[in-house]
Amino acid sequence: MTGERILMRNFDRPDSHTLAAYRATGGYAAWAKAQGMEPAAITEEVKASNLRGLGGAGFPTGTKWSFIPKGHTGPVYLVINADEGEPGTFKDRYLLERDPHALLEGMLIAARAIRAATGFVYIRGEYVEPWRRFDAAVREAYDAGYLGKGFDVVVHRGAGAYICGEETGLISSLEGKKGWPKVKPPFPAIKGAFGMPTIVNNVETISHVPHIIDRGGAWFAALGTRTQGGTRMFSVSGRVARPGVYEASVAITLRQLIDDLAGGVTGNGRLKGVVPGGSSAPILRADEIDVTMDVDGLRNAGTMAGSAGVVVMDETVSIPEALLVVARFYAHESCGQCTPCRESTGWIYKMVRRIVEGRGRKEDLDTILDVARRGAGTTICAFYDGAVGPYLSYIEKFRDEFEALIAK
Amino acid sequence: MTASRVQFSGEQLAEVRRLQALYPDRRGALLPVLHMAQDAFGWVSLDVEEYVAELFDLSPAHVHEVVTFYTLYFRQPKGRHVVAVCHNLSCHLAGAKTILGHLKTRLGVEVGATTPDGRVTLLAVECLCACERAPMMQVDDRYELDLTPEKVDRILEGLR
Ligand SMILES: Cc1cc2nc3c(=O)[nH]c(=O)nc-3n(C[C@H](O)[C@H](O)[C@H](O)COP(=O)(O)O)c2cc1C
Repeated sequence: MTGERILMRNFDRPDSHTLAAYRATGGYAAWAKAQGMEPAAITEEVKASNLRGLGGAGFPTGTKWSFIPKGHTGPVYLVINADEGEPGTFKDRYLLERDPHALLEGMLIAARAIRAATGFVYIRGEYVEPWRRFDAAVREAYDAGYLGKGFDVVVHRGAGAYICGEETGLISSLEGKKGWPKVKPPFPAIKGAFGMPTIVNNVETISHVPHIIDRGGAWFAALGTRTQGGTRMFSVSGRVARPGVYEASVAITLRQLIDDLAGGVTGNGRLKGVVPGGSSAPILRADEIDVTMDVDGLRNAGTMAGSAGVVVMDETVSIPEALLVVARFYAHESCGQCTPCRESTGWIYKMVRRIVEGRGRKEDLDTILDVARRGAGTTICAFYDGAVGPYLSYIEKFRDEFEALIAK
Repeated sequence: MTASRVQFSGEQLAEVRRLQALYPDRRGALLPVLHMAQDAFGWVSLDVEEYVAELFDLSPAHVHEVVTFYTLYFRQPKGRHVVAVCHNLSCHLAGAKTILGHLKTRLGVEVGATTPDGRVTLLAVECLCACERAPMMQVDDRYELDLTPEKVDRILEGLR
């Protein structure tokens, strides 16, 4: 289960980012196969694979593709979300740097399925080296004739804003605006980039597609759980012996991931808490890590798989201080469009700060919980819900640590 | 409208046109062109905003709204080098505070400020997504990983 390396199979080769290396290991064969398939058959194969979006929301990929309106005759766009910014996540950086052609091949196949003639790849502005690598691969793919024959790729660089990872914020940004998310519906598949039907998918999601076409949806489905196929790349950081990116079946447990792959907990060696899916995922206590890492497994555990960014905290870590860092992030990144998010993220940050600085008041914890809960579900996008996850879970699960600071 | 005091070269203007043609609506090229403008003029002044607005036939107010939304556009002159230390969760757990404190002392400036000689602008930033090598920072285009105060000193020595 843990030995399966599909996306990362070439990562150890120093030349893994080159077209020559990619082709030498079977690259672009799936694209050749897909060209003989009807677009709908490609989508069916992806549906059968139980591939679910790996950017955060976990939506079934084949189903999303099937939402492109059937009668639509104008342009359709494929947009790749390479705005990786969820704290604790770094897998897309590896994919862009070490296997950019896998993404390009996946894009060619996905574009055929949804009948897109243009693909945009939105790379976060800070990722300069990943952008250079990917851009070089795009040029190789044009020179080799994979691109430019019915499908073009535009590489677009962001300019620093976490919210542009949210798919409609990303679309606004791609359109040359500030990255304000848009009200849904209409969903991007109906009315997305530049007003046209658009599929937004994560780098890792699309990098899986060539393997699914090559080896079949059933093969991929069997790698995972009943409701989610495949492996995924787990970004593991914090207090572990071997932080890094690990590919494993989504059916791996959090305990296996921490102990077997990442070498166990460091610090004082005893686990206090772990964030399993990027900073927006509610924290789990040490006694809650016997869960599988698939979308439904973590949802049933009251948290989320998100971007699979796993941040490990040992007993010596102060949870209030960790929440302060997280709350500062959400206060800084709120785009300001929706009042509950703009106001709550700012005020909650200030309240957590005063608690950590020893100026907390008795009623502060309940005020934070109340404010957090009231805003949940009321905003245009899921950013605020992603902030509420840590606010509630850190305080509810480690309340005594906060109270100790207030009592001082 | 006042005459702009900034101007792209002919070659740069051709690049602007090429970028604009990549998008179904040329406005899509606004962020890339603002990156170009910052590279060319050092930072994004109101004059630069106005100039870019003209190139897109947009209002300067729209361009201003975009420029102020994103963190990578500098609205004041920056140092010859930008040192941006991640202070998000994994870097926090790995001692980002020590690294930031060390940089403040060594450079003699607070976060957000530029050294008087114009050499370095110091920033604290949110997750740069290299958490496996925390604590880390970005120095201009490069990621500097697995930082220690000693390593930071060596990196600073290389910045002229
Ligand atoms: C605040 C916020 C930030 C997000 N950041 C990212 C991101 O950096 N990368 C990403 O792929 N998806 C991100 N997402 C999820 C996207 O909205 C979207 O679900 C995803 O790109 C769809 O691709 P997928 O189905 O392949 O996962 C974010 C969502 C929210 C609400």
